[in-house]
Amino acid sequence: MSPVLLEPTPSAAGIERRLFLRQTLGLGALTLLTGCDISDHNSVQKVLKLMSQWNDRAQMFLFSDRRLAPTFAETDVVKDFRYNAFFPAEDAPRLTAADYRLELSGLIGDKRPWSVDQLYALPQESQITRHVCVEGWSMIGKWSGPRLGAFLQRVGADLTAKYVGFQCADGYYGSIDMPTALHPQTIMAVKFADEILPVKYGYPFKVRIPTKLGFKNPKWVTTIYVTNRYPGGFWADRGYNWFSGS
Amino acid sequence: MSAPARFHTASPAANVQLHPLSRRIMHWINALAIFVMIGSGWRIYNYYPALPIHWGFPYNWTLGGDFTVTEAVSNDDGLANALLWHFAAMWVLVLNYLAYIVVGLVSGHFRRDFLPITVDAFWRDFVAALRGRLSHQLGEYNAVQKVFYWGVLAVILITILSGLAIWKPVQLQELTWLFGGYEFARIVHFFGMAAIVAFLVVHLALTALVPKTLVAMVFGLASDAPHSLEEERR
Repeated sequence: MSPVLLEPTPSAAGIERRLFLRQTLGLGALTLLTGCDISDHNSVQKVLKLMSQWNDRAQMFLFSDRRLAPTFAETDVVKDFRYNAFFPAEDAPRLTAADYRLELSGLIGDKRPWSVDQLYALPQESQITRHVCVEGWSMIGKWSGPRLGAFLQRVGADLTAKYVGFQCADGYYGSIDMPTALHPQTIMAVKFADEILPVKYGYPFKVRIPTKLGFKNPKWVTTIYVTNRYPGGFWADRGYNWFSGS
Repeated sequence: MSAPARFHTASPAANVQLHPLSRRIMHWINALAIFVMIGSGWRIYNYYPALPIHWGFPYNWTLGGDFTVTEAVSNDDGLANALLWHFAAMWVLVLNYLAYIVVGLVSGHFRRDFLPITVDAFWRDFVAALRGRLSHQLGEYNAVQKVFYWGVLAVILITILSGLAIWKPVQLQELTWLFGGYEFARIVHFFGMAAIVAFLVVHLALTALVPKTLVAMVFGLASDAPHSLEEERR
């Protein structure tokens, strides 16, 4: 199945572990392999999708713009934060301040692109929060940058629209609900641990959303758009729950 | 609901109404939900084990679809499906659990069948059980059983709560804090599962030893000659 090889697989670090699990478990699987699994039937997939949409709604209900993610002490910050993408760190997109422009589209009044310096000039906020991955691991990091909500307001985005979408330089894409975009802790993180955001963590900025799972925090963002049409997302389109709040 | 004919041919006096329909339905819904939660939970565990040991659950014991099929269809290597199962069955498990607790309290099932438990009775029945001298009478729970049922109900509750603490460490942060934070809640959740699996091993082994309990949990009633086991031994 060649398309599978061409398409990205999750975290570089995760691949090794998964291969290990599959190889060691392979022997048992050989003797017991049934060839099909109930999960793969279309009707089962439909029910699971419906339940996932129900869970989107349940999580929207649980979400509150006044409910802040717990914050931690400077001493809790992991400096050597785990690199996580569907390709090795060497292949991370190298964007330069000279060439970079943040494009805006959709339901936004002022669509003029933004340079790195313009982004840096916005008032910044810092947070020390826990990044939780859908796989189960978690790490505490320190991120700083302008609030996404303030930015959207400034560029005249329709704040009553349903979704805010992101396109990234690595081909990744994603979207979040407007209430989460306006949450006070949702920031365009231009710094990690008080240093300019390194290439491997998403230079020039990553959208840091402590109220959502890690994969909902896009890196190397090149376009922000506002829309009422459900935009999906890289992992949401691969069967993961779209809202994925935490 | 009528029992199969062969049970009617036994002494009618020995036919006791053991499990009302509501309890049987809830038991089997619970069985299904627990099965799905454990199967999908094992798959999820494998992607980033909560325990610091390099070991995962055998892949073909887990629930979440065939790796090759999911990769071809949705380009995911099998975690997404397991998560979908887990967070779908979660609702079934929780709602059914709450219904069971409410019915158990209101109907008097807990008070009548799971109480009283005394320390003396527990040790007496525990020692008897170890010696293989504990008879099983349908419709009556010995003290060891009573403790086990309370225990598994408590463990399921702890596992549900620690699961919610992992699922929503922001929105339910007080709960996560109660479980010692996100990372520790994962450990609690894992050992909750382990305790439920341990209960299931004993539960299923005893059912295999006394199959009439299975008949009772399916049909509601089964024939039971009083003290049959003890008489057999004499």
